[in-house]
Amino acid sequence: MANNIGHVVSVNGNMVNVEFENAIAKNEVGYIVVGDTRLKSEVIRINNGVAALQVYEMTEGIAVGDKVEFSGELLSVELGPGLLTQIYDGLQNPLPALAEQCGFFLQRGVYLKAIPDRDWEFTPVSKVGDIVVAGDTLGTVPEGVFTHQIMVPFDLLGEWKVTSIVEKGKYNVRATIATIENSKGAKKELSMVFTWPVKKAIKCYDERLRPTEPMVTKVRIIDTFLPVAKGGTFCTPGPFGAGKTVLQHMESKNSDVDIVIIAACGERAGEVVEILKEFPELIDPKTGKSLMERTIIICNTSSMPVAAREASVYTAVTLAEYYRNMGLDVLMLADSTSRWAQAMREMSGRLEEIPGEEAFPAYLESKIAEFYERAGKVRLKDGRTASVTIGGTVSPAGGNFEEPVTQATLKVVGAFHGLSRERSDARKYPAIHPLDSWSKYEGIIDSAKVAEAGQILRRSNEVNQMMKVVGEEGTSTEDYITYQKGELLDAAYLQQNSFDAVDAAAPVNRQQDTFSVMYDILKADYDFEEKNDVRNFFNQLRQAFLDWNGVPQDSPEYEKMKSSLISLYKGKVR
Amino acid sequence: MQKIYTKIESIVGNVITVRAEGVRNSDLAEITTSSGKSYANVIKLDRDLVSLQVFAGGQGVSTGDSVRFLGVPMRVSYSEDLLGRVFNGAGQPRDKGPELTDNLINIGGPSVNPAKRIIPRNMIRTGIPMIDVFNTLVRSQKLPIFSVSGEPYNQLLARIAMQAEVDVIVLGGMGLKYDDYLYFKDTLEQSGAMSRTTMFIHTASDPTVECTLVPDMSLAVAERFALDGKNVLVLLTDMTNFCDALKETAITMEQVPSNRGYPGDLYSALASRYEKAVDFDSAGSVTILGVTTMPGDDVTHPVPDNTGYITEGQYYLKNGHIEPFGSLSRLKQQVNKDTRDDHRALMDAMIKLYAAFKDSVEKKSMGFTMSDWDEKLLKYGNLFETKLMDLSVNIPLEEALDLGWQILADCFEKNETGLKTDLISKYWPK
Repeated sequence: MANNIGHVVSVNGNMVNVEFENAIAKNEVGYIVVGDTRLKSEVIRINNGVAALQVYEMTEGIAVGDKVEFSGELLSVELGPGLLTQIYDGLQNPLPALAEQCGFFLQRGVYLKAIPDRDWEFTPVSKVGDIVVAGDTLGTVPEGVFTHQIMVPFDLLGEWKVTSIVEKGKYNVRATIATIENSKGAKKELSMVFTWPVKKAIKCYDERLRPTEPMVTKVRIIDTFLPVAKGGTFCTPGPFGAGKTVLQHMESKNSDVDIVIIAACGERAGEVVEILKEFPELIDPKTGKSLMERTIIICNTSSMPVAAREASVYTAVTLAEYYRNMGLDVLMLADSTSRWAQAMREMSGRLEEIPGEEAFPAYLESKIAEFYERAGKVRLKDGRTASVTIGGTVSPAGGNFEEPVTQATLKVVGAFHGLSRERSDARKYPAIHPLDSWSKYEGIIDSAKVAEAGQILRRSNEVNQMMKVVGEEGTSTEDYITYQKGELLDAAYLQQNSFDAVDAAAPVNRQQDTFSVMYDILKADYDFEEKNDVRNFFNQLRQAFLDWNGVPQDSPEYEKMKSSLISLYKGKVR
Repeated sequence: MQKIYTKIESIVGNVITVRAEGVRNSDLAEITTSSGKSYANVIKLDRDLVSLQVFAGGQGVSTGDSVRFLGVPMRVSYSEDLLGRVFNGAGQPRDKGPELTDNLINIGGPSVNPAKRIIPRNMIRTGIPMIDVFNTLVRSQKLPIFSVSGEPYNQLLARIAMQAEVDVIVLGGMGLKYDDYLYFKDTLEQSGAMSRTTMFIHTASDPTVECTLVPDMSLAVAERFALDGKNVLVLLTDMTNFCDALKETAITMEQVPSNRGYPGDLYSALASRYEKAVDFDSAGSVTILGVTTMPGDDVTHPVPDNTGYITEGQYYLKNGHIEPFGSLSRLKQQVNKDTRDDHRALMDAMIKLYAAFKDSVEKKSMGFTMSDWDEKLLKYGNLFETKLMDLSVNIPLEEALDLGWQILADCFEKNETGLKTDLISKYWPK
């Protein structure tokens, strides 16, 4: 296949048309040879004997007649031990290694091995003579705190017999560790590394399950009111400056999953740098090791080539599925899916396809659905359950959610965390709008009680709207109390102080404790004549609540403040 | 490669097509027309049909004119000689100095490896309290000034340029009024900053294509200065004109427009420029301060909207001052913890009180009665606007902080400010 070549016939932005002779496949990778560099590209359309390739690099200097070498392989990623802690670009090029080789700038046409060449302590699980299928475990290596399973490549069909396997010991990641053979006599040598095409979901599991177990993020408004389930999907649309990325960083730090994969897709490089410098310093409470040890970053920032941006979310989700197949819970965060959609739009424009709404291609919805559908909770063949949870931010033009990407995303996700400009301007963190957002998952708190609290919030908002017209004077005391209840819930429960180490991350039992007190306060009936008294009372309550929120759960202050808070409100109950 | 082609097949807007062979994408060509020579660059190849955008515009180009491909992409000369000079969008001198042809560097080069970036940590002092105190400008930040046309954004930019502690200033002007160009030139010359300034100026009457080259020229030069260890401030005014020029080319090329006629890759086009802002870990830095005029004061217009998603905050210029609410410097947290211990707390307290003042003003305008507290807020708000928000105020950060305390003390009791007791005992004017 290596000598399957073609020639460039036209260049338009990052799309190149190529004439070819032998068979080529859609989504096959080709390399355009420009001088002594080879530019990676992918066949995205074949029409009348001409292949349209999207080039993952800048197309400067390509000339008509330049040679194109087709690889015979679909766009793939390498899977194996050593992925964790890595920082890749959208095509799984390791950025730190690239920096060592090329210096400050991303030189085009340089592709390095994604998985570092090193030895791992391999412990075999399979024996000679065992019958294995794709996804079965051959052995394990310790990767940081995880037991990394070396699996039979997912693309092997049918049953295979293990004909040899190495003994326990240190082996290079690319050395042969086992040989297998099938009934037709085909033989394969297996190492710890294999590849998988990114645009194809990995389906080596028994069955998909309904996502029911909550994925705790330690963000109260999410866990209590707008929960996300392990194996579920959620989206976070919001205008610029509303805190999408900050919220996602919080989720990536605090979520109770095993592995987090962050795809920084077409966003600011500076934000990725913050993760790069900050994560190695932070301790994961679950493992006691640095957060970086459970993290992979796929970083294709806004100034990097657009086509690779399109690939980056697929790269990220493929890595997520790979770790899921080891029985782990993986969270994949994409920031921002709008940039990914824009990359598709750009390509679609160059292909001169008939545009849909706002010039997005007609297949936008199905692509978005396909992507989010790669999330899920599954039962693996050995009976363990594992999950991939996907959270994507959306950056709607003008902050208006009535646009194609937001709408297409809302159709397929299980939870919607809509950020509002109004709340972020008022410095409310997180700026998730509690009334507009929704979730279809079960949370950590009785949903009937949560619904009641939500009802009070809604009513409070109505009173507030009314008050803007008739003033405080025209509002009944009863309504005013409802209004204050809603405000209290917002200030002391829905908002968190991200700068306060304690309040920034609220564990489940703390949320349950806080909510039960809040619930009782909201449901109580109060005896007040004057609105001023109401305001003072709720100001006091709020202050007491905020102080309580900032106290560590294991300190003696915690119970003391809780009981003084309770006696404070009980004093005014009718 | 030096073959001359004389068969121009089509001339549409500023884009011409010519049949030629062996041409590379983005290559530069020279077109000789009856009115002189102009550069053009290759923007599309289709077999032997080459599309070029002509920098001087399509006007007056004849089908019989000759096109010579130079076999190199668009480049700009880089050396210390650039300082004190003024060029147009095609890199030719605008002043009376000689043309520079040494040490040519490519424009629109590759992006910086994120792994080689560092977290920004140095403040840029401007002497403007609304920036220094409330939305600190940080070295390597990319920040636009969102403004309605008619606001003094160029004056603001010129002031920052003169006062900012940077080694090199690169001014990229796009669609500048000639008066504004002269204003920049005069101001920088008078202040003595011209000797560390390079200007790439496209005025409103120059050909559109040159407008699209200005940011790339400016940033390519800035990047090289930064690699040589200089701290560079790039001023780009006005990026909305740049986007409109891109729109014009896209429409000429029959690209499907996405939003209000702008091309679908507007975000990428802006990002690839703004993302040139960088702090190198062992060299200098590039800071970008741009101007984005908002047509109709509409922040959801595609240009400010896309810009906001890319940049690290924005300064809202409205009614002659930088608005405390719409403005945001996303990087201020990186530096304002190290300036003075009261900086953050004072900033928050003053903004909260100013927000309360706004509420009181609204109440007053609706005819509700003013309480004592409202009166205090009204006094505070007026002092705040005249002593700190006014753009003519020019004081260092420390003085601005002291002034802030003074204003608080003039209007409020200590416990009304919401500031912590230890800070009050340290800074409250005696």
